[in-house]
Amino acid sequence: MISFPYIIWMIVFIVVPLAMVAYFAFTDADGRFTLEYIADVAQYSNIFVRSIWLAAISTVICLVIGYPVAFILATMNKRHQSTMLMIVMLPMWMNFLLRTYAWMTLLGNNGLINYVLGLVGLGPYKLLNTQSAVVLGMVYNYLPFMILPLYSVMVKIDKILLEAAADLGCNSKKTLIKVVFPLSIPGVTSGITMVFVPAISTFIISRMLGGGSNLLIGDLIEMQFLGNSYNPNLGAGISLVLMVIVLLIMTIMNQFDNDDDRVLM
Amino acid sequence: MKKILSLLTAVLLAVSVSGCHYQHINNGSEDSEPQTLTVDNPEYYTRFKDKGISINVYNWGEYISDGSDDLLDVNSEFTNLTGIQVNYTTYATNEELYAKLKGGGSDYDVVIPSDYMISRMIKEGMLNKLDYSNIPNFKNIMDNFRYLEYDPENSYSVPYTWGTVGIIYDNTAIDIDEEDIDWDILWNDAYKDRILMFDNPRDAFAIAETLLGYSLNTEDSAELKRAASKLLEQKKLVQSYVMDEIFDKMGAGEAVLAPYYAGDAVSLMDEYDHLSFAIPKSGTNLFIDAMCIPKCASQQEAAEMYINFMCEPDVAYATTSYIGYSTPNSAAFDMLDDEVKEDKISYPDDDFIAEKTTVFKNLSDDANLEMQKLWTDMKSTQEYSKNMWVVPVFLLSCILISIAIIIRRYLKRKKDIF
Repeated sequence: MISFPYIIWMIVFIVVPLAMVAYFAFTDADGRFTLEYIADVAQYSNIFVRSIWLAAISTVICLVIGYPVAFILATMNKRHQSTMLMIVMLPMWMNFLLRTYAWMTLLGNNGLINYVLGLVGLGPYKLLNTQSAVVLGMVYNYLPFMILPLYSVMVKIDKILLEAAADLGCNSKKTLIKVVFPLSIPGVTSGITMVFVPAISTFIISRMLGGGSNLLIGDLIEMQFLGNSYNPNLGAGISLVLMVIVLLIMTIMNQFDNDDDRVLM
Repeated sequence: MKKILSLLTAVLLAVSVSGCHYQHINNGSEDSEPQTLTVDNPEYYTRFKDKGISINVYNWGEYISDGSDDLLDVNSEFTNLTGIQVNYTTYATNEELYAKLKGGGSDYDVVIPSDYMISRMIKEGMLNKLDYSNIPNFKNIMDNFRYLEYDPENSYSVPYTWGTVGIIYDNTAIDIDEEDIDWDILWNDAYKDRILMFDNPRDAFAIAETLLGYSLNTEDSAELKRAASKLLEQKKLVQSYVMDEIFDKMGAGEAVLAPYYAGDAVSLMDEYDHLSFAIPKSGTNLFIDAMCIPKCASQQEAAEMYINFMCEPDVAYATTSYIGYSTPNSAAFDMLDDEVKEDKISYPDDDFIAEKTTVFKNLSDDANLEMQKLWTDMKSTQEYSKNMWVVPVFLLSCILISIAIIIRRYLKRKKDIF
């Protein structure tokens, strides 16, 4: 009964829109059934590959950076934890667009980074409007989404387990691999989900930092709705294919998750 | 700690106060008298007084005088005069406006699309005819802005502003006479990575089409394809495809060349001395933004009153002075300083306009689709070497993940047996 408001919310704002996306994807402008738009998605396969590739790189980088941070946070003195957590969250207090915009001024040819490099006689390097800049933007914006789930899982790991591992002769490296990492797998999977999914569908980062020539799926979908040909059916088709791909990847990720529920018990 | 804080506040206050002061000086033009409003026929505007009516106006961003620079605050003046509330919202592109109206559920009373979008909306029956007897100020609109191709009988639209597309350039980096700058400079290797380009297909294709000598309204598939390959040729020289970011990038010296709209160029040049503007001699696009009433409007008559109000000489003067775009309103044009009237950027010679400029028409659905497709392809192709790793790594990770899943399953089953 208590979940009733959410069920209504879910039906109105999640189920119905999803059904509409599916409806548009399989019909043409006159509402007749067609597979044409789904088939048309194939011609954009290079954009799909690039989006998945860049999102995957960003996710891996986020994991590599975020995991140690989350671990340090979780093992830290309780008093400092909240301060450090706040620092992790701090960038998120600012508007997403503004943060990305700031990177434009940092990375530009006359930007701060090239200016500093210029002082020591280096550069200027082309930093902005590259794929690396897009990855940087993704990592910067989505890193907190990796750290937070990792942290919340790690902070629950019982210290006794670590002591037991040490008692039984594990060195710290082995403890990390054999005890901490398996226990943190649920955090890893939800962290990956929370970074990968928004990263693969982002459009503003690629436009602002990629210079408009590194199109991602998000840009492509946006162009179908706000571009010079208004084509919601193709836009819906691309969205649907994207959702299926994400669903597939998430299912694969969940395989790991389920296995480890048992370990936790 | 408190002391430091109060000190900081004091400093901040001082800075902001001096900032205000500076701004004030900056705004005080020759005669700092705030502009006042006189209307032709005050009687006309009292029709809806005290009826509690409100209208929804949907306009481009930064496209109306808001009361700064001692100019009129157009919307609140309208409310004062007529008692009609104005709910004012903005959009960034014609296509956004179109998608919003096409999607349904909106109830805008006045919209201000550009030429080609107006003809598209007329064709698709998205606009209401105007009752020009409610818009007496239409008499102020110059003759050459009436009965244009996008609205041949001039029954749906009242021109708001107009302008041309040209090239904004950094005069410290480009030592060429303004006269000699033409579209091909955007294809010049010497400015590699310092060229910005339109991030919308219609404007970008128009440049390539002018260069190739095609009509800006061509629907010929072969010509569109050639224009696209011309744009692809340019791609390696282009730093980025942008729209409004041009202001920041050109202002900060990130780039030295960018095609853009004359009205915005005027504002930019006011702000930065190092920027100049050239209208290419080989021809360009002339655009007109005009006020229309969409089918979804619920207050047709009040909307017409608003349109009429926008054509009041004082209001049109405030509009053109504030946003920098040229005005089609002859009475407002007469009010401008001579310096502005003779400015060839805002008001090019009539001969040039007649011979060298083209107004966009709406393209057929097929041509629009083809242009969109070519544009997407152009933007998404890139040198293949960069992608060398994608497929192998992708395959490898797929294989690794499957193996890992299989092994885990196997181990789990084995454990379950015990």
